[in-house]
Amino acid sequence: MRKRSLIPIIYILFLMLPIYWLVAMSFKTTGEILSGFSLFPQTWTFDNYRVIFTDPTWYWGYINSIAYVSLNTVISVSVALPAAFAFSRYKFLGDKQLFFWLLTNRMAPAAVFALPFFQLYSAVGLFDTYLAVALAHALFNVPLAVWILEGFMSGVPKELDETAYVDGYSFPRFFIKIFLPTIAPGVGVTAFFCFMFSWVELLLAKTLTAVAAKPIAATMTKTASSAGYELGLLAAAGTLTIIPGAIVIYFVRNYIAKGFALGRV
Amino acid sequence: MKTHNQKAWFFVLPVLILVAFNALIPMMTVVNYSVQETFGNNQFFWQGLDWFENILNSSRFQAALGRQFLFTGIILAIEIPLGVIIALAMPRKGVWVSVCLVTVALPMLIPWNVVGAMWNIFTLPDIGLLGYFMNHVLGVDYNMTQSPFAAWVTIVAMDVWHWTSLVVLLSYAGLVSIPDAYYQAAKIDGASAFAVFRYIQLPKMKRVLTIAVLLRFMDSFNIYTEVFVLTGGGPGNSTTLLSIDLVKIALGQFDLGPAAAMSLIYFAITLLVSWLFYTLMTRDETK
Repeated sequence: MRKRSLIPIIYILFLMLPIYWLVAMSFKTTGEILSGFSLFPQTWTFDNYRVIFTDPTWYWGYINSIAYVSLNTVISVSVALPAAFAFSRYKFLGDKQLFFWLLTNRMAPAAVFALPFFQLYSAVGLFDTYLAVALAHALFNVPLAVWILEGFMSGVPKELDETAYVDGYSFPRFFIKIFLPTIAPGVGVTAFFCFMFSWVELLLAKTLTAVAAKPIAATMTKTASSAGYELGLLAAAGTLTIIPGAIVIYFVRNYIAKGFALGRV
Repeated sequence: MKTHNQKAWFFVLPVLILVAFNALIPMMTVVNYSVQETFGNNQFFWQGLDWFENILNSSRFQAALGRQFLFTGIILAIEIPLGVIIALAMPRKGVWVSVCLVTVALPMLIPWNVVGAMWNIFTLPDIGLLGYFMNHVLGVDYNMTQSPFAAWVTIVAMDVWHWTSLVVLLSYAGLVSIPDAYYQAAKIDGASAFAVFRYIQLPKMKRVLTIAVLLRFMDSFNIYTEVFVLTGGGPGNSTTLLSIDLVKIALGQFDLGPAAAMSLIYFAITLLVSWLFYTLMTRDETK
């Protein structure tokens, strides 16, 4: 047993090394970073973080990112719920083809869509709004949400629906009062995945925004090129982008293994 | 059993409208560009299938495609077996389960450009942890911006770091769904550890592994941000993967026609290979 637990320990160490280096860098002064190698920060500094929390172009980046990610999660989950119910409970004309077509959108390279998306959302007057990014990310999040939710819903026996109808529940009341609470873990896992894929995506988010809705990731790439070697600042900004993900993952930790199987094991 | 009900279409309608708006309109734009030539001023000329022919015959596209398949092949060959091995060794019960799951999942929640920037800082020759270790402790000449080989090792290491966890979590989910009775039966039969793996664990993991291979194929084939931030496609063109080249043509040079034709070829290849994987790996189930 001893030997076996060595494998995950080594793997987790490997995962933590680059993250440690990022965090360590964020507490170093620019002078220390450029003067040479040091395993730990010699003189601890919080200046990098102070810049981010006091400069509006920095902290608005975080607010923008969180705004469109949340909006996307709400949109994706709410349109996917009825669709997933339909796929898990009914047979209808073209259901299999529709399901596969939805999944093909998950396969499309984001690079392909960057330019047409820019033109489309400029044409409808949504360019540089949270809604534009949230809708664009729905392209790959909605199919995923339908897929995961369908798996969870198929695990709920049909007798539950029938009993509720016999008891005189109308469909909307049954769906909200009985069905939703039953698949609550599934909804949580789905929301987690939508959050995750929207949070980490940059190419589309950057293409569809200019100033008002610019994501934090775009602010970072701009700093990386314009300010030359502000590595400490870059590291601090990077460290802060890890935190929302870590918080969200903590909440769904007990369901995550199941969610990763997309409910379909 | 599912019931036939055509009214179910009403449930699907919101998804249909949303995805159609997002997928069909841009797709038509791309198709439109792919058969036309433009000299600016919004003047377009019919070009037919010339762009497709040009792209397919260009050595630049073929080289990028080759690099793309090489990259995807390498990371699949490393990540899938490694993920399974780690999942097999993960604890199944106790307090360590949550800790393991959360830490393992962490890399996947880091924005892709931060992943690139993080690895950039990590591998800087004189001040990065890995760069310093390689150059000054092991004495290996390691500089990503000069040696194509070092650049390749780095992008592969980065992808393994970033995405092996997906395979781990999927395999783990498959493993915990195996009832204890299976293991007890195997113990009574005196089965070896390898036999347990081959005849109990592997068949149970087949379904999730299919999903893992598909997801890893699709995502690694579409990879852009991480590699672009880390190497910018260099040194030279050595790490210019397919989507990096596409963005260069579309947004850098603004050659809309060739970029659109390339997008469609690119998408078609992704679809075809995904479909091939899917049918090959699920063939036994349908028989």
